[in-house]
Amino acid sequence: MSSFHLQIVTPDGEFFDGPAQRVKVRTINGDVAILDRHIPYVTALGIGEAAVTMEDGTVHKAAASGGMLSVTPEIVRVVATTFEWAEDIDLDRAQRAKETAEERIKKAQDAKELELAKAKLSRALVRLKVGQ
Amino acid sequence: MAASSMKDIKLRIKSVESTMQITKAMELVASSKVRKAKLHAERTRPYFTTLYATLSDIAENNREFSSPYVQARPVTKTCYVLIAGDRGLAGGYNANLFKAMEEHRQGRECVTLPIGRKAVEYCHRSGLPMLTQDYDLVEQVDLDDCSAMAELLCKAFRNKEFDELNMAYTNFVSMLSQQPAVMKLLPLYYEQKQGSAQRDSLTLFEPSSGAVFNAIVPEYVTGLLYGALAESEASEQSARRAAMDAASKNAGEMIESLSLHYNRARQAAITQEITEIVAGAEN
Repeated sequence: MSSFHLQIVTPDGEFFDGPAQRVKVRTINGDVAILDRHIPYVTALGIGEAAVTMEDGTVHKAAASGGMLSVTPEIVRVVATTFEWAEDIDLDRAQRAKETAEERIKKAQDAKELELAKAKLSRALVRLKVGQ
Repeated sequence: MAASSMKDIKLRIKSVESTMQITKAMELVASSKVRKAKLHAERTRPYFTTLYATLSDIAENNREFSSPYVQARPVTKTCYVLIAGDRGLAGGYNANLFKAMEEHRQGRECVTLPIGRKAVEYCHRSGLPMLTQDYDLVEQVDLDDCSAMAELLCKAFRNKEFDELNMAYTNFVSMLSQQPAVMKLLPLYYEQKQGSAQRDSLTLFEPSSGAVFNAIVPEYVTGLLYGALAESEASEQSARRAAMDAASKNAGEMIESLSLHYNRARQAAITQEITEIVAGAEN
């Protein structure tokens, strides 16, 4: 399968810059997979699992949230707010994050707090799922 | 008389020495912090530039947006995000930033969002209205705070509380040079590059260009805030390191000249004593 230039960046640094055969991400409308020679395309990312198929065919999973996906003829860019490769995920930390988020949902005073806590919880759940 | 001036000088030397100890310690702390802050700033830079490049690509090729973020309005009120430090003793770091912001503002009406205690104090002093004062500890601001700030700013922009959003921060050029800068965040406007006008403007947006833009712009503001914070943090620490280095050097020079005075005073006292003894013996 032919490959394309993929770049993944987050505020914590660059995570990937090189050729890939396929990238799958969760957008605000559901999962989308991009292959080589896709038409120019832009969408916003949601919270969910991402998977990159490398040039040699191996698949690397990751947890990603927020940001955007942009496809141009030259380059595919995943500009995410958070991005973690499955092997880098700290399961204990994710478990703790899940518990504190659940507690906060119970104690939430207003809609804004509830929304923040819910977003935290779904991020933690994705990380747990991807990391296992 | 000689004895009392000797004592004075001795006291002075002591006090300068203890000041030097403090400035030395602050310099060491700042140098260890600047290393961390520099790495952090370098790590966030690709995100900063990619985000900017991607958004300019999109905006350049698609001009039919109905998003409020791309429509320029006549500017009656400007908003400034001021990123300064929590503490002084960093040379001109804080003062230069405020100067750059005032130069840009030119007395126009504005609201501010100060980040860092010095910025909050400055807005109080100059009587500038503030959107919020919650972010008075710049060292504790994280990505979640940035996204909350971006949310607040974008909402206020959509509600036409202000017509233009600028951000004043300090660019980390090198350990010795920091450049205060004012950057325009909203509304988005990009110069159309010559010759690329008709380039593939058939980008597919899902669910729609407006929806995508409205979802991305707060992220964009978040990313730029976060990047600017990292740059400012690195600038602050290196400015403090340089200021403290200069202070320690000055203290060293002062101690040297004071010891010279002290020795001179001691010698004068001895000479005087001898003269008195000799005078007494002759009588």
